[in-house]
Amino acid sequence: MEGESRMEHEKERETSEATFTDEIRRRLGGETIALCYQCGTCASSCPVAKVTERYNPRDVIRLSLLEQKKEVLSGSAIWLCSSCYNCQERCPQKVEIADVIYALRNIAIEEGYIPNIYSEFANGLMNEGRIVPISKFVEKKRPEYGLPQLRTAGLAALKKILATTGFDKIQWKKEGP
Amino acid sequence: MTSYALFLGCTIPARQPHYEASARKALTRLGIGLVDLDNMTCCAPPPLQSIDTETSLAIAAHNICVAEQADLDIVTLCTGCFESLAMANNLLKENPKLKARVNEILSNAGEEFKGTKEVKHYLKVLIEDIGLERLKKNVTKDLSSLKVASFSGCHLLRPSALLKFDDPERPHVFDDLIEALGAKSIWYRNKLKCCGGLLRGYADDVALAIARDKIINTTKAGADCIVTLCPFCFLTLDLGQMLIKSTYKEEYNIPVVHYSELLSLALGIDPKELAIDFHKVRLDRILGKIT
Repeated sequence: MEGESRMEHEKERETSEATFTDEIRRRLGGETIALCYQCGTCASSCPVAKVTERYNPRDVIRLSLLEQKKEVLSGSAIWLCSSCYNCQERCPQKVEIADVIYALRNIAIEEGYIPNIYSEFANGLMNEGRIVPISKFVEKKRPEYGLPQLRTAGLAALKKILATTGFDKIQWKKEGP
Repeated sequence: MTSYALFLGCTIPARQPHYEASARKALTRLGIGLVDLDNMTCCAPPPLQSIDTETSLAIAAHNICVAEQADLDIVTLCTGCFESLAMANNLLKENPKLKARVNEILSNAGEEFKGTKEVKHYLKVLIEDIGLERLKKNVTKDLSSLKVASFSGCHLLRPSALLKFDDPERPHVFDDLIEALGAKSIWYRNKLKCCGGLLRGYADDVALAIARDKIINTTKAGADCIVTLCPFCFLTLDLGQMLIKSTYKEEYNIPVVHYSELLSLALGIDPKELAIDFHKVRLDRILGKIT
């Protein structure tokens, strides 16, 4: 998430023919994508790529730099990063790969590609201020384990934050299957 | 006595009373003050960062504001919460433009992030406020026959540029804290690799395949138990063994315990006080080795 001055530079040269790469580089977290020289250190460090062919961080970066916007945003690959940051620690070019993936996911959500589980997270957050709801069963049992009563969540402040950034206006899927 | 604002997050109070009970009891016994504050929310972890990074930073900053107003540093148990809050705290402290943007958002909620407080994982509190030598002196049980596979999870260490907790490739703090209890922290293959936990819910098959690797590697190394810090790692490896049994027809039965539970047991706290029924894999195998 560095490169503030680079972001400004990008803004200046912004034209009507802005590319997908430009769009990613202007995002928080996406600034470093174009430094990639496709060495594959990320893929060989990746715990997900080790067990499935459905995800390879080098491919996601390559397809993005090749302007394959629709393929990248509509596919499942960007959602298969486990956010472990191994790749980012080891990248010899200092590409902030895990942060680039977040930037791509942010763009995908804006374009309406929203995996169901993410709507569940969002609904949990908006309704209760938590993404994992507290069960009444566990809450009732707290005194048995010597645990104090749970404090109230800061829903009022949260709702104002979500209204300001437009998070609450994203077209979330309704709860249920 | 140093006091901290305790940040519990979502998963621990919802599903893991054993983590909360053991952490509260052990830290309090060691003289760490834990203060519960109203108005905290979700920390804004990777799933929310995936939706909108800017909103996530503002939510994390809101939680830090609550601690700033109470004039307390934050201590977290969950490494996911540690990552979200410490990353936001350090990023906003280092980047005035981003701080201004986040404060613009927070102003609508009547808040301002000042950047005057620290976010610490409880391991850091143990190392800095108690220290290994004092910790050793508080241990009343013998754990010397216990071989432990430590698994810190990703977000205690990485991204290291912002978390600044330990060497991301050759960490030692967590293992030092295990050995201070008298147990032996053993090496196993791919020790620092992810458990796959964050893929649960989106790609369960992939998450389980990664978790299975971790279970196999720790078992092969002869570990008596896996010691975790993150509630997602715990869930992935403990409940995960039930799923591995039904999916792969393999049975491992390796107990998974949070460090706070091992610490509580070492300090002589009765297991009956620690809500250990919340474990899927029973702890008998290790309880017998703690004398």
